[in-house]
Amino acid sequence: MEPVIIKKTKTVKSSIKTTKKRMLSSDQLLAIGFLLPSILLIAVFVYGFISWTGYVSLSNWNSLVPDFSFAGLKNYVFLFSDFRFQADLRNTVVFTVLFIGTIIIFGQFLAVLLDQKIRAESLFRNIFFFPMALSFVVTGVVWQWLLNPSTGVNLFLSKIGLESMWYTDTNILAGFKWGKIEFGVPVAITAVVIAAVWQMTGFAVAMYLAGLRGIPDEVREAARMDGATEFQIYRKVIIPLLRPITVSVVIIMAHISLKIFDLIYAMTGPGANFVTDVPGVYMFEATFRGNYYANGAAIAVIMLVSVAVFIVPYLIFSRRKAES
Amino acid sequence: MKKSIWVSIVLIFSLVLSACSSSSSSGDGGDKKGSDKLEIFSWWTGAGEEDGLKALIKLFEDKYPDVPIENAAVAGGAGTNAKAVLASRMQGNDPPATFQVHGGAELNEGWVAADKMETLNDLYEKEGWNDKFPKDLIDLVSKDGNIYSVPVNIHRGNVLWYNKKIFEENGLEAPTTFEAFFEAAEKLKAKGITPLALGDKEPWTATHLFETVLLGKLGAEDYSKLWTGGLSFDDAKVKDAVETYKKMLGYINEDHSSRNWQDASQLVAKGEAAMNVMGDWAKGYFVNDLKLKVNEDFGYVPTPETEGQFMVITDTFGLPKGVNNADDVKKFLAVLGSVEGQDAFNPLKGSIPARIDADVTKYDQYGKDTIEDFKEAKLAASLAHGSAASEGFLTKVNQAVNIFVTQKDANQFVDSLKSAATELK
Repeated sequence: MEPVIIKKTKTVKSSIKTTKKRMLSSDQLLAIGFLLPSILLIAVFVYGFISWTGYVSLSNWNSLVPDFSFAGLKNYVFLFSDFRFQADLRNTVVFTVLFIGTIIIFGQFLAVLLDQKIRAESLFRNIFFFPMALSFVVTGVVWQWLLNPSTGVNLFLSKIGLESMWYTDTNILAGFKWGKIEFGVPVAITAVVIAAVWQMTGFAVAMYLAGLRGIPDEVREAARMDGATEFQIYRKVIIPLLRPITVSVVIIMAHISLKIFDLIYAMTGPGANFVTDVPGVYMFEATFRGNYYANGAAIAVIMLVSVAVFIVPYLIFSRRKAES
Repeated sequence: MKKSIWVSIVLIFSLVLSACSSSSSSGDGGDKKGSDKLEIFSWWTGAGEEDGLKALIKLFEDKYPDVPIENAAVAGGAGTNAKAVLASRMQGNDPPATFQVHGGAELNEGWVAADKMETLNDLYEKEGWNDKFPKDLIDLVSKDGNIYSVPVNIHRGNVLWYNKKIFEENGLEAPTTFEAFFEAAEKLKAKGITPLALGDKEPWTATHLFETVLLGKLGAEDYSKLWTGGLSFDDAKVKDAVETYKKMLGYINEDHSSRNWQDASQLVAKGEAAMNVMGDWAKGYFVNDLKLKVNEDFGYVPTPETEGQFMVITDTFGLPKGVNNADDVKKFLAVLGSVEGQDAFNPLKGSIPARIDADVTKYDQYGKDTIEDFKEAKLAASLAHGSAASEGFLTKVNQAVNIFVTQKDANQFVDSLKSAATELK
């Protein structure tokens, strides 16, 4: 088998080389003609504006009057020494870890349950998937009511003495002084995590379910032949096989979580002492309320970089895999 | 392999772009239509205020039936969304014919400083308005001796609303000094009633409370010096105000950060809290939405130690540079500034007229009292509503206040105020 494949790729490569030497064929001209508009548009409206944002973030434009004089890294230095931005970074890290961690656990658990060849499986699948159809704004408003400390679930919880301040709680768990802020897990952020997990778990369930269906029965049967219990089969065989799915879930959820704006904005706002603030909200308020355009652009650039930290290695990784 | 990946990536992007481009082209179509219409840009979409705006537009249409009007209101409390839309339109040189803007820094340090507004001195002269509006108010819409907008209404910021029933049952008088306030608060707290309702989910409400304390402790004169650099934020009087504010925060409801100002007013209406400091748009909320009666269910006094002073919030309309129909805009502004126009708008909106010669009988008891106070009182520009200082400064103060409400670190708060003040001119 193998030698044949090698031969094939070789011929393909050589044919590309020969066409390059010749004039472009009409097919290629057509292809370029079709692609050129979108390439130009992307160049301007995606990469052009990313560069523009980067340029603004290095300027002094912090009022209604545009001022493009070069400010160096002044805006970045300000942000990293700013109480609010430090709190934002803390909240984003805590939110991302809790959100993705919970989603992976819940997603796997529910997918395994759904995979037990139960009756009305498609009904349950739909139930779990439905919250995905809502916008984050709707989720935010609903959970804001549910987790309101003076109404909502607290009316019920107070009967059993388990009242919580939810998203108005200003305590920070396991906190220690770090920069200007107290670093730790803000209790208020857990309320936002609950809402986000409620909405996004269905997505993870669908991914894992597809993954589980992709594992051939022979694998389980072989494990059973070797005397593994059902629990062992999942722990040692199935879940390790789902690792590529987990990577995809982490990547997709990380870019949602790092850029999150609508859920927080609709549900809690920045919160007392900025316990539920995130860079997206700060960017919006700095730019469109305070007219700190350069500061806002700097926040946007930092958000872009933080997402790229997750996405770029994934793209490289998956490209390498595709090439091999 | 490599190539096909690139092709697919580009294809996906082109799909995304085509989706974007279709929406932007429809936007262009809308602009062309609007260029001849008189586009009135505001954030008046709530109950009462929308009716007021419609009454005003109707009055204009009766006078000038041949000028087509477009009501371009953007929803969102305190104009937060509208201001973002306005900023991008102004920067893109596509201004609306006229737009709502708070008198004071929001106008002067914002659009006038950015050289986006036409002067209206000739309109004021032609209509004889120079002695029809209070001088302090005209100063609020002027920069370097030129007038830039027409005030349509006045709201008062320094009002303490209280639940009459609670006060009667506990034998309390509405407090006019901070001492009396804390005495009453202590008694109420002992009875298990929240003394002061606050809803600072949007941080400006906490700033609003703070500015009334500042005004009470400093007086209108020193208060206005804060914004021009005449008085430093580490002055002993400011520190006293910060300490007083801190003490007041000890009497607020625990779930303040989950509430907005309406929710906080509701606490007072339902009798769960006794007092609330909010601008007099809260009266509209009490009367129109909650069906309460003025001086029966709820009462009002100026916030502690601000008797004779008036925290003024005024909505004004101006003429941006670069509009095609400047003459039509001036016709509209003339209606807006007339007695007729102000009396059509304000009773519905629940505010008082900016003119001193409006018809008092059209207003309810609160309105009548406030019109009286407005004539006599010293005016002070509101910080929380963008009149006293630039939006940039306000954003920083809001952040400092938000931190202070939780941490209650007075020194740190004064330091943040001081460092924010370096932006004031």
